[in-house]
Amino acid sequence: MTDDSHDSHGALDAPTLDCPVPFGAYERITLAHGSGGRLAARLVRDLFVASFDTPELHAAHDAATFAFDGRLAVTTDAFTVSPLFFPGGDLGSLAVHGTVNDLACAGAEPLAMTVAFVLEEGLELSVLSKLVRSLTDAARTAGIRVVAGDTKVVERGRGDGVYVACTGLGRVRRPLATDALGPHAIEPGLAILVSGPLGDHGTAVLLARDPRGVEVDLVSDAASVWPLARALLDANVALRCLRDPTRGGLVAVTHELAGTAHTFVLDEASIPVRHEVADVCELLGLDPLHVASEGRLVAFVEARDANRALALWHAMGATDAAIIGTVHARDVAPVVLRTRLGSTRVLDLPAGEPMPRIC
Amino acid sequence: MKHVDEWREPKLLRALADRIAREATRPWTLLEVCGGQTHAFVRFGLLDLLPPTITMIHGPGCPVCVTPLEVLEHARRIALRPEVILCTYGDMLRVPGVHGDLLSARSEGADVRIVSSPLEALDVARRSPERAVVFLAVGFETTAPATAALIELADREALTNLHVLSAHVRVPPALDALFASNSVDVDVDVNVDVDVDVEAHANANVDVDANVDVDASTNASTSTSDTTPTDPNTPCIDGLLAAGHVCTIEGTDVYAPLAERFGIPIVVTGFEPVDLLRGVLACVRRLERGEAGVENAYARIVRPEGNPLARAAVERVFSVADVPWRGFGVLPGGGLAIRERFAAHDATRRFALRGSVGADEPIREPTSCRAADVLRGRLRPLDCPELGRRCTPETPLGAPMVSSEGACAAYFSRRSAHA
Repeated sequence: MTDDSHDSHGALDAPTLDCPVPFGAYERITLAHGSGGRLAARLVRDLFVASFDTPELHAAHDAATFAFDGRLAVTTDAFTVSPLFFPGGDLGSLAVHGTVNDLACAGAEPLAMTVAFVLEEGLELSVLSKLVRSLTDAARTAGIRVVAGDTKVVERGRGDGVYVACTGLGRVRRPLATDALGPHAIEPGLAILVSGPLGDHGTAVLLARDPRGVEVDLVSDAASVWPLARALLDANVALRCLRDPTRGGLVAVTHELAGTAHTFVLDEASIPVRHEVADVCELLGLDPLHVASEGRLVAFVEARDANRALALWHAMGATDAAIIGTVHARDVAPVVLRTRLGSTRVLDLPAGEPMPRIC
Repeated sequence: MKHVDEWREPKLLRALADRIAREATRPWTLLEVCGGQTHAFVRFGLLDLLPPTITMIHGPGCPVCVTPLEVLEHARRIALRPEVILCTYGDMLRVPGVHGDLLSARSEGADVRIVSSPLEALDVARRSPERAVVFLAVGFETTAPATAALIELADREALTNLHVLSAHVRVPPALDALFASNSVDVDVDVNVDVDVDVEAHANANVDVDANVDVDASTNASTSTSDTTPTDPNTPCIDGLLAAGHVCTIEGTDVYAPLAERFGIPIVVTGFEPVDLLRGVLACVRRLERGEAGVENAYARIVRPEGNPLARAAVERVFSVADVPWRGFGVLPGGGLAIRERFAAHDATRRFALRGSVGADEPIREPTSCRAADVLRGRLRPLDCPELGRRCTPETPLGAPMVSSEGACAAYFSRRSAHA
């Protein structure tokens, strides 16, 4: 906790979490909620500490301390989404999943996280309360504890409702060697797998932002991917690298990992994409392979173990998981798509945010 | 995808490609008009499926690419005015203008918003009565009806804060100019090799003189073009795949005069892989038979009469005008201007733009970009020395590398096949 909000993490009375939690006379965030005074103290105590409800927060120290044995994984991420609530999630659960999934990609079991909220003056307290509750639920489900936090309030017009910044700590899973997992371990011959259909999250959020008259039954895939990662680690699958295809989708992730040394050849027909996602993207002139997922894994596995990895995922209910390509020595481009017709084309990074097109 | 998969079925596509290969007894060069078709050819790998006898050249059908620098600069200047909200299609944001693109104008404080329909601009205007809402309207006959609807609705609601900067263009005049410069080659070619229907052929010859005039005026008005009708770089185009969505509005008859005049087959073609190969096949069959004329290979969407309601809306709001095209110069009848009756909604009048750009500094196309040659089918993007070197989607030298319909952007993703 930093000095702006540490003064009030004292012992708790009775945690009352019936939403919306009444916070004095105010129904919206005021500058006073970030002042370090009574209102701020009450917000921290009655909302954040009451909801997250972890011993570290109740201890009300400036920093949380906890015993640790093993190799530590650390990740940090800032979250913003418009709208704050979308089918299948919201900013609160997204912050947990984003944090946990980065740890999972390092082969680390989620342990603890910090949460910093930047609130815009005028934000409805009922909205904040819903987000905090959702964050709490997602953290419990994912098995990660919120051990520290902070709140800042910015003037109206200087923020987008709520921003959340998180740092996650995880324990690298044994028997993983110290640096067995990572981009450096990718080499020609590896199989590339994905754990499920791509682009659900980005498409669901796009439609929540502006339905454009489209009615489809589509929810974000946002979820912890740690169970998927753990399954491969526990079974000693010859795993080399894990990534979650978030912003920029599969294309961005594969570009990043192919770097200058490799060419990934992806097989269009094998890449799982839901009909609904393909439909909406087609309509808007977007490519599903550029669209974010928040609950999928891309795995690089030694070819001999690819089918075993796939079977493990299928057995967990990830029935759309698929082997989508292979790693080759660098050819002309980082990522090449073999089309359904058998021809190939380069999959390029979009220069910026993909944009709906004219006609 | 349920309503699309059947048009992408690999077996059907291979069967169509086989048939094209069997029926094409000699090399044919076809031009697909629309950038959307170019992208589909590349995206689905159809170019690799076609037999070596078939060469595809892409045409000027990218509305973003042919929008002149002057309009882009107008748009940027309007957008930077504090009272203005500029709405436009996503494609337009990254097209380099004289002083940068609209995305950089946005970072300088301009309120630029992406819409996927002109009617979204109407909502913006309703919600922000104190602001001037300007819709930068680009596109061919396909998107003009929606812009017409926007203007008529704004007029009906007396939304005096809604203005349209129209860069709408019409396809036939561009094809006319393109084929006029191509016609000499076509005739030579046709005379030597093909047993063409004599009447169609005669018509083509009769019209050559008139066409050369058109071309001459075109060349006179564009600073970048140094090509004459006998330029060896001028592509020899045997047949044409017309853009299906334009015909959805305009009908199929609109191409009849062109087909007759230049003695070529024009096949109205859709955008899905099966549609495209059907278009190629229909065109090849006509060429093999030596038959000019218009054929509708997109009958599942296009009716011969088009969409009279949409055309009527365009007719009420716009008049045909001589406008500059990037790569072509001023094309007679090449675009649409907002009629006097709707002058209140015309951004060029509201912001007194005519002639204002270029007075202080002349607007010149960047000499390094050969977009003009690409748009006229004279240079295939893969043959451009800058493609993938100085010109990439991140650092585009010209519009064809930016737009989702731009030919250079399409071929950039195909360069591996030729590397």
